[in-house]
Amino acid sequence: MSDALAPAVPSGTTRPPDAGRPPPSTPPQPPSEPVTSAQRVLPLRRPGRWILSAVALVLVAQLVHGLATNPFYQWDRFQYWFARPVIVNGLVVTLEVTAYSAVLGLAGGIALALARLSRSPVLRAISWVYVWLFRSIPLIVVLLFLYNFSALYRTLSLGVPFGPAFWHFDEAHLATDLVIAVVGLSLNEAAYAAEVVRAGILSVDQGQHEAAAALGLPRRYQFARIVFPQALRAIVPAYVNQLIGLVKGTSLVFYVSLLDLFGSVQSMGSTYPGDIVPLLLVATVWYVILTSVVSVVQFYVERHYARGALRALPPTPVRRLRVAVATLAARVRRETAA
Amino acid sequence: MSIPRSDVHSPEPATAEEGAAAPIAVEVRDVHKWYGAHRVLDGVDLTVRAGEVTVVIGPSGSGKSTLLRVINHLEQPQLGHVSLDGELVGVRWQRGRLRELSEHQILAQRRRIGFVFQDFNLFPHLTVLDNVAAAPVATGLLRKPEAQRLAHTLLGRVGLGEKADAYPRQLSGGQQQRVAIARALALRPGVILFDEPTSALDPELVGEVLAVIKDLAAEGTTLIVVTHEIAFAREVADRVVFMDGGRILEHGTPGEVLDHPQHPRTRAFLSRVL
Repeated sequence: MSDALAPAVPSGTTRPPDAGRPPPSTPPQPPSEPVTSAQRVLPLRRPGRWILSAVALVLVAQLVHGLATNPFYQWDRFQYWFARPVIVNGLVVTLEVTAYSAVLGLAGGIALALARLSRSPVLRAISWVYVWLFRSIPLIVVLLFLYNFSALYRTLSLGVPFGPAFWHFDEAHLATDLVIAVVGLSLNEAAYAAEVVRAGILSVDQGQHEAAAALGLPRRYQFARIVFPQALRAIVPAYVNQLIGLVKGTSLVFYVSLLDLFGSVQSMGSTYPGDIVPLLLVATVWYVILTSVVSVVQFYVERHYARGALRALPPTPVRRLRVAVATLAARVRRETAA
Repeated sequence: MSIPRSDVHSPEPATAEEGAAAPIAVEVRDVHKWYGAHRVLDGVDLTVRAGEVTVVIGPSGSGKSTLLRVINHLEQPQLGHVSLDGELVGVRWQRGRLRELSEHQILAQRRRIGFVFQDFNLFPHLTVLDNVAAAPVATGLLRKPEAQRLAHTLLGRVGLGEKADAYPRQLSGGQQQRVAIARALALRPGVILFDEPTSALDPELVGEVLAVIKDLAAEGTTLIVVTHEIAFAREVADRVVFMDGGRILEHGTPGEVLDHPQHPRTRAFLSRVL
């Protein structure tokens, strides 16, 4: 085997034809033995790794086989339910709630983080108390509170604080189930996003603030164009974590009678008790798909904000796959040729 | 002094010995700065005339960098004041007392004072061209195409015309510092402050940065340079200032301060670094 991988010695050199093979019984050659200039170094053989890999693959195959063949999972029912309108409607609700809450939560988080980092002690305190409060209350409690809100406050008014009101909202019209869900999730999300954004801003080197200030850049420009884009490098991975939590956190809106993906599965499950397992599988697979899409988007967003931070951007997965295939093909060609 | 700066810039000679000809660009009056009990600046007076090159030397912790940061109001002094072209920096008189300016006004004043940092502080997420062109656009001085043209010109002047599209981290330290100088020049400041511009560089890269600063000096730009490069001070400075313990202990021409130091601490410092 190792002989097959030994480099071909170009003919016409002064070396004997069998120079690639170690001499049978002579004492070890000192480095005075000439070596052709471009010797390829052969990788160390690791048989143990191959054996372990084989064992792991067998175990994985067994698991997949069990998943596919065990009648407990009822894959035919899974197929029946997977793209039913009731499930897809639930999926759309999940996507809607997630999208609104992610945007509002991030906006609120940025505002809270800026307040926390501001020079005003009042703003700092308000931001701190908000984060402390909403990280303390379970999301489900926030949602149920809001759900019962219209009982506490009949109307919402817009006007001078403690003074005349210009605008009255009737809570019953305003507070649809979707609005309650989005408000609840956003309030909760903003508290966590605030800390993520604050960590990102703190991770930007002090010299960047100073350089921006020394150039006399307007305050808003300093934040929007200099500090925040660099902070995003630290913010994106943490916020995506947060976002994935949110995707699954939306399953709680079922308790404020909004039929999201999980809610639809749950209600179908109580109507068709025999299909509970395939229905849960349907929900699982859809959540896995959503999380995967978010992860792919994360990769490209991170790559975008890595500009300038790395000397060369990491290759995309597609590019990496192409390189891996090309390398493997080259190796096979080398080995078969030898 | 070998550089005929006054011939280029000002109709009258403005060397330190002849004094009062050129207008005063930067004036520092009795500035005190302390952090808790630690006195960083202890009554500093300094006058820099337009077109002059002032080199500040002194041991670490002597207050050199803080002095520069007070001049462009990155640090606010507790006592004393700084003026630029006769106008107070960062403060104004209000009923006989000094009152801090709004941040907006302070930012506007800083645009007239270039600042080059020891560790460059280029914006790593922007290309070299955008690093230089950002400030004139953001401050409304130029439109984007004009600013980019200016940036190309300035990069050419510091010998980096080819690197406009690179990101700062793809450049060597000396190249980054030259970009930082071009960035400071883009706002056409009346005075440029250099805070140990070569201290973070490998020895073989120091020369290229000093050469750019020498060019600026030869063009008659007002410069205040904090540095440990004594040879550079001897060659380029109109005035050399020696600081220790937050005070200016000695100032004068390079010949006076570097070759015939009067103060024992100046002598001790020079014997260590020369």
